[in-house]
Amino acid sequence: MYTGVPTVKQTAVYVYQAPVRIWHWVTALSITILAITGYLIGSPLPTLPGEASDHYLMGYIRFFHFAAAYIFIVGFLFRIYWAFVGNSYSRQLFSLPFWRRRFWSELAHELRWYAFLEKEPRKYIGHNPLAHLFMVVIITVGGLVMIVTGLALYSEQSGLGSWQDELFGWVIPFVGQSQDVRMWHHWGMWIIVVFVMLHVYTAIREDIMSRQSLISTMISGWRMFKDDRP
Amino acid sequence: MATTETFYEVMRRQGVTRRSFLKFCSLTAASLGLAPGVTGQIVQAMETKPRTPVIWLHGLECTCCSESFIRSAHPLVSDVVLSMISLDYDDTIMASAGHQAEAILDEIRTKYKGNYILAVEGNAPLNQDGMSCFIGGRPFVEQLREMATDCQAVIAWGSCASWGCVQAAHPNPTQATPIHKLIHDKPIIKVPGCPPIAEVMTGVITYMLTFDRIPELDRQGRPKMFYGQRIHDKCYRRPHFDAGQFVEDWDDEGARKGYCLYKMGCKGPTTYNACSTVRWNNGVSFPIQSGHGCIGCSEDGFWDKGGFYDHVTDTRVFGIEANADKVGIAAAGTVGAAIAAHATVSAIQRSKQKNQNNARHEENDKA
Ligand code: HEM
Ligand code: HEM
Ligand code: SF4
Ligand code: SF4
Repeated sequence: MYTGVPTVKQTAVYVYQAPVRIWHWVTALSITILAITGYLIGSPLPTLPGEASDHYLMGYIRFFHFAAAYIFIVGFLFRIYWAFVGNSYSRQLFSLPFWRRRFWSELAHELRWYAFLEKEPRKYIGHNPLAHLFMVVIITVGGLVMIVTGLALYSEQSGLGSWQDELFGWVIPFVGQSQDVRMWHHWGMWIIVVFVMLHVYTAIREDIMSRQSLISTMISGWRMFKDDRP
Repeated sequence: MATTETFYEVMRRQGVTRRSFLKFCSLTAASLGLAPGVTGQIVQAMETKPRTPVIWLHGLECTCCSESFIRSAHPLVSDVVLSMISLDYDDTIMASAGHQAEAILDEIRTKYKGNYILAVEGNAPLNQDGMSCFIGGRPFVEQLREMATDCQAVIAWGSCASWGCVQAAHPNPTQATPIHKLIHDKPIIKVPGCPPIAEVMTGVITYMLTFDRIPELDRQGRPKMFYGQRIHDKCYRRPHFDAGQFVEDWDDEGARKGYCLYKMGCKGPTTYNACSTVRWNNGVSFPIQSGHGCIGCSEDGFWDKGGFYDHVTDTRVFGIEANADKVGIAAAGTVGAAIAAHATVSAIQRSKQKNQNNARHEENDKA
């Protein structure tokens, strides 16, 4: 008789510590707000009727952008701190073992898995190499670029001599001029938006199709493996 | 002898009365945003200081800076300033010409070694051995370098001298090169704009002549007092920006009501200049006030930064021009479609595998 789901032993490892999990969801929320409000700064909503003194729509949109931006920045700084004091998985976001041949062969394997050329994915306690690569490039490097260009743009409104200007004002002539900084900041949004689309899709897909838990891991911290094979 | 003559004496010789002179000093203090008490200092400096000669060179340019300069809001200011500088060398407005004029340059250079101000309008083309701009029988770049060796400081008038401007626009066939890329051992004061505002020009030059020092500059070498803020920071249409009230079309209701020109590509948010405070033509108006967005004429490379009428402008990298929003929306759409397709294939494969697995289990169960 067929008994349905075969019984497999689930092994579990504690991977993402609470601060990493909280950081993840706070960052996810702030980036979502940043992308929406950022888009609306670039392409504002249709004009409102009435007196200027009746509305403050653009002001609020920009306020939310800046509020989310500072949450993102503080979170980012905290995440760097946590990479020093947290467990070894917390350091993945800031280190990419690109000098190891192993990393590239695993990456190729993961790519074949997504191209339906491999029957089975490998198991990973931390990030799989493809996710790892994207997270480092898009969130660590990309996030840093967004913070630096964002604070440079912010220095234009806080004015000469403000801390944003003292620390990040150099970015504007470095990149070219103010409009260039704006446009790179704008390109950055689209790169992050595409990453998030892929990230959320793969997180859901791997949660179902891989041999390990994903989404619940980012909620509870525990990585569950669905089988005992290596 | 000219060396001992003071500014005040020169002005008197030019027919400026003492009353006008005092007026000029207080106007200068006001236009530079200095305290009223400073007027006395300016008066004293002008009365006692020997006159600093100003040499005004013209490279590859259109003379809009000179045109702007001689239209300074207060006729008094331009009169006085012109009387202070036109005596020396400015090939557009001086009386002498030819060898006689070129001789003045040599004379000033030796007589006032290290003590004259070099004001440069336009820039130097370097391609074709500098032939695109010839002055007195030789490339302008030579005249510029020579006069710069012994000057006190260089004023780079306008966007041409400051950044390169239109003659340096892509692909810049003559290799028009701004002053700071040619002269490295002298302080350079950039006064960008196409042209710069007259009051800004006279303000900068009187500041330098009266106080004998260069005004405080920002990171990119522009006087902070005029280029410290963006057009957007002091724009009178700003309340409409904050409210979210925009001109959506050139002849819509918003345009008539004077709403913000952001959606029409106004570059006020990315442009450092004094237009929204000092304005143009005796403070009558400035582009935004007359209903057109700022085109960013005082910014580096404004001629190559995509449309004057788009907010999200095209970006040019490695010879490719692309618009962030167009590419971004297309990329997000493609990735979205790819995800949907990938998800479908994944689901099909999974159900196939499940069936196989189930079949295998059933086989096992039977066995
Ligand atoms: C992932 C993060 C972020 C995204 C997706 C994002 C997106 C955007 C976009 C699309 C714009 C509009 C640009 C335009 O076309 O004019 C913008 C503007 C801006 N962003 Fe961000 N941004 C991010 C992070 C930040 C950060 C960390 C800061 C730092 C304070 C920041 C500060 C600004 C400022 C000051 C502006 C200009 C607003 C204005 O002048 O009206 N952004 N952002
Ligand atoms: C703006 C949105 C998001 C951003 C920027 C983002 C970013 C990140 C980053 C940087 C990590 C690595 C964490 C670390 O190593 O510290 C990560 C992991 C993860 N994220 Fe997100 N995330 C976003 C949204 C989401 C959403 C909506 C989900 C759920 C569907 C999700 C599920 C996951 C999972 C499951 C992991 C762990 C992956 C693994 O175990 O290898 N994320 N995310
Ligand atoms: S018109 Fe231009 S400078 Fe004025 S508020 Fe609007 S965007 Fe800013
Ligand atoms: S408003 Fe802008 S484009 Fe017009 S003169 Fe001023 S800086 Fe130049």
